[in-house]
Amino acid sequence: MSRSLITETQNTWCPGCGNFAIEHALKAVIAARVEEGFPPENVVLVTGIGCHAKIADYLDVNSFYAIHGRTIPVATGIKLANPDLCVICCAGDGDCYAEGLDHLIFAAKRNIDLTMIVHNNRVYGLTTGQYTPTSPLHFKGRSTPGGTEEKPLNPPALMLASGATMVARAYTRKLDHLSTIIREGIDHPGFAFIDVLQICASFFNMTEYYNERVYFIEGHDSSDFWSAWQKAREWDYSSDAPIALGTFYRSEEPMFDEKYRITRQSGEGRKRTVRKLLEHRIRQ
Amino acid sequence: MEDFSVLIGGKAGDGINRAGFVIGRILSRIGYRIYMYYDYPSLIRGGHNFTIVRASRHAGIASHHVSVDCILALDHATLLRHAGRRTPATITIVNSDSVKAENHAGGLAVPLDTITKEEGGIPIMANSCLIGAFCHATGIPWDVVGTVLDEEMPQETEKNIAIARRGFDAVPEQFILPKGEAPEVPLVTGNEAIGLGLLQAGLDAYVSYPMTPSSGILHYLAEVAGETSLKVIHPESEIAVMLMAQGFAFAGSRTAVGTSGGGFCLMTEGVSMAGMTEVPVTIVVSMRPGPSTGVPTYTAQGDLAFILSAGQGEFPRFVIAPADPAQAFEWSGRALNLSWKYQVPSFILVDKTLSEGTFSFDPEEPEWTGEEPIPRWDGTHPYHRYAEGEGGVSPFCPVPTTGVVVKVNSYAHDEDGITTEDPDRVVRLVEKRMKKSRGMQAEIDALDPVLVSGDPTAATAILCWGTTSGICREVGDIIGLRVVQPVVLSPFPAVALRDALAGVSRIISVEDNAGGQLASLAAAHGITISAQILRYDGRPHALEELRDRVMGVKA
Ligand SMILES: Cc1ncc(C[n+]2csc(CCOP(=O)(O)OP(=O)(O)O)c2C)c(N)n1
Ligand code: SF4
Repeated sequence: MSRSLITETQNTWCPGCGNFAIEHALKAVIAARVEEGFPPENVVLVTGIGCHAKIADYLDVNSFYAIHGRTIPVATGIKLANPDLCVICCAGDGDCYAEGLDHLIFAAKRNIDLTMIVHNNRVYGLTTGQYTPTSPLHFKGRSTPGGTEEKPLNPPALMLASGATMVARAYTRKLDHLSTIIREGIDHPGFAFIDVLQICASFFNMTEYYNERVYFIEGHDSSDFWSAWQKAREWDYSSDAPIALGTFYRSEEPMFDEKYRITRQSGEGRKRTVRKLLEHRIRQ
Repeated sequence: MEDFSVLIGGKAGDGINRAGFVIGRILSRIGYRIYMYYDYPSLIRGGHNFTIVRASRHAGIASHHVSVDCILALDHATLLRHAGRRTPATITIVNSDSVKAENHAGGLAVPLDTITKEEGGIPIMANSCLIGAFCHATGIPWDVVGTVLDEEMPQETEKNIAIARRGFDAVPEQFILPKGEAPEVPLVTGNEAIGLGLLQAGLDAYVSYPMTPSSGILHYLAEVAGETSLKVIHPESEIAVMLMAQGFAFAGSRTAVGTSGGGFCLMTEGVSMAGMTEVPVTIVVSMRPGPSTGVPTYTAQGDLAFILSAGQGEFPRFVIAPADPAQAFEWSGRALNLSWKYQVPSFILVDKTLSEGTFSFDPEEPEWTGEEPIPRWDGTHPYHRYAEGEGGVSPFCPVPTTGVVVKVNSYAHDEDGITTEDPDRVVRLVEKRMKKSRGMQAEIDALDPVLVSGDPTAATAILCWGTTSGICREVGDIIGLRVVQPVVLSPFPAVALRDALAGVSRIISVEDNAGGQLASLAAAHGITISAQILRYDGRPHALEELRDRVMGVKA
């Protein structure tokens, strides 16, 4: 593979931003797949709007730089148009847990074969520091200077409840593990959800906090929904608790996109079908 | 007899629409052209539903009369509500099982429910009994009734025919409706015509969230998806619909979406995205009275101004408003082709009257555009998604293509789709869109975007758009006026419209809205309207009503 997979676009993430790690990990995974023979033109990246989304400009693969909160519907259309494509979403936590939460739940419910990477920095980066659905209780952001009065969502638990067939968590300061999880997500047949704890160096730097609490999941049966549920509920994104990294849950179930492998009719064939439909109206 | 109308009335859930359709089929079989109006409230059981089936020796009928020749009353409410439509010659058939004898108003009494029960049928089959009675009363031969029922009732066919025969025998012949000469053509709703027009132009996917009066397209296309290799998706919201459609198109699938005003509100962020990403999409909006939930199952033309400018920012779009199924079929295909040729959103703007009305549709009348070629990348590397291209249109390259990276972007971007805030690049992008507008205008002007009917030499003209054009054509023929319909409303065919109005000294505009939206649009292009006829009660005009209103301002 000669292509670098990185465009010449000038990178504008802040120094120390966790997005670099995600970009690096995703690039490495795509490169490895291409090395193994996967056609690079079959990779499509879909992003929302936010700091995270700039990855569309930086990675030299097909991309649809969409709008705030809408990675999943765009990715769903692409996948249903052509189930052979490897479709990856990079979304923000404001992006897909606030603005576009309904789509996320539906993607899990449908078990469509997409990989969802959430750059979860638990703050709105691009709009300079407001709380998001995963900011801890009492988070002081620019729209909540006195601290929030609402508890955060627990995304892995939400995804388990919604029917996602792969639910995992990674952390931008554990790069190798992050790459392994992304690879697992892309290889997973079905909807793979990865909540990546991403360091925002400018508005919510949780490096020390995470470093003290994260651990890798070991000896856990990821095919067992209830142990996955327990693992996912161990930390509630607000109170103090150990933070598990790894795959909480994985199962194989029928994929929504499978039944959309349809060959299109030729132009003339289509016209004939339409004529037939009309003729049936007068002669059954 | 030139023209014959029958009204069927009952409660929601009685199968009135279906009964009307079968009567339409029978009248069509004996040589008439059909228009059927369906009036129903937004509920599933109860309320009053009725249809008026109008049969004519002439093609192009698109309205109902005030009075009818026959009333088929499944309940007492039908007789009460439609008493004003009766003339001394009107034949009435009454369900004597649900209407007391003293209320029959001289109608022919048939115990529809009793007969249906005796034949072992379920309540809805009373319609077959009523159809049988109607046909005998109007002298339609039994063999016609039997064959059409055989075609239209694939389930419990024998039983329905037996019940219809009992109805047929239950009433004496009142007069003989002579056979017409029109060869039989299919009966379709406007929604079906839109679906079929899109299909013949190579539609790959239809994405929609149910909303009256557009849902008929979703239902019809879902029904025929298997035999047409179409992908039909009903996602979580109209926001998802609009975004999904662009995902499909990015991967090369020709895609349309459908909704009504409320759903379209949710789509606007996606429409604007299409303006920036230049990903093609065709959007059907079927109007009903707003604002908000409004009057869901009735008709309006109140969303023209909204559709013309929906979405932040400035970007070109096609807006096409067909009047009838033939135009809907032809222009839906064109809309799909045009959106791909220019990589812009194209709208098909219709309303409840067209969407849910049933019409005789001669498949030979419209042009079958098929799937037209689009500007494609010639393979010369490197590929630039937003390359300059002819007339601002960048050659298209689908994903996946070996050795090519395709990047589309909702931010302002450079020619490779990479985000930019550079003023020169921003200007280039704006000018690219403006350039497209000019090509689109020329394209439209070459497509006969303004139709003239009635008396083309008359000095008084009716100016109309969308479904109201059908009834205006009829009125124009009756009183000898010129009738002018711009089929395309964006880009606005100002030159063609002025040509169509040459020699006209008085323009009467007719619209189903309160603001006179076409009148304002015409005025913005220097065309002055002398009088406006507006209607906004959700109901389409009856032919005589509109004729009289036009007469009133014709002077
Ligand atoms: C519909 C809409 N609403 C609001 C915005 C403004 N906006 C841009 S990015 C953003 C939040 C970004 O936060 P997040 O999704 O967490 O991404 P991050 O920047 O942290 O990567 C908002 C609110 C927008 N672009 N579109
Ligand atoms: S604001 Fe935060 S998320 Fe955005 S680039 Fe800077 S560090 Fe990264």
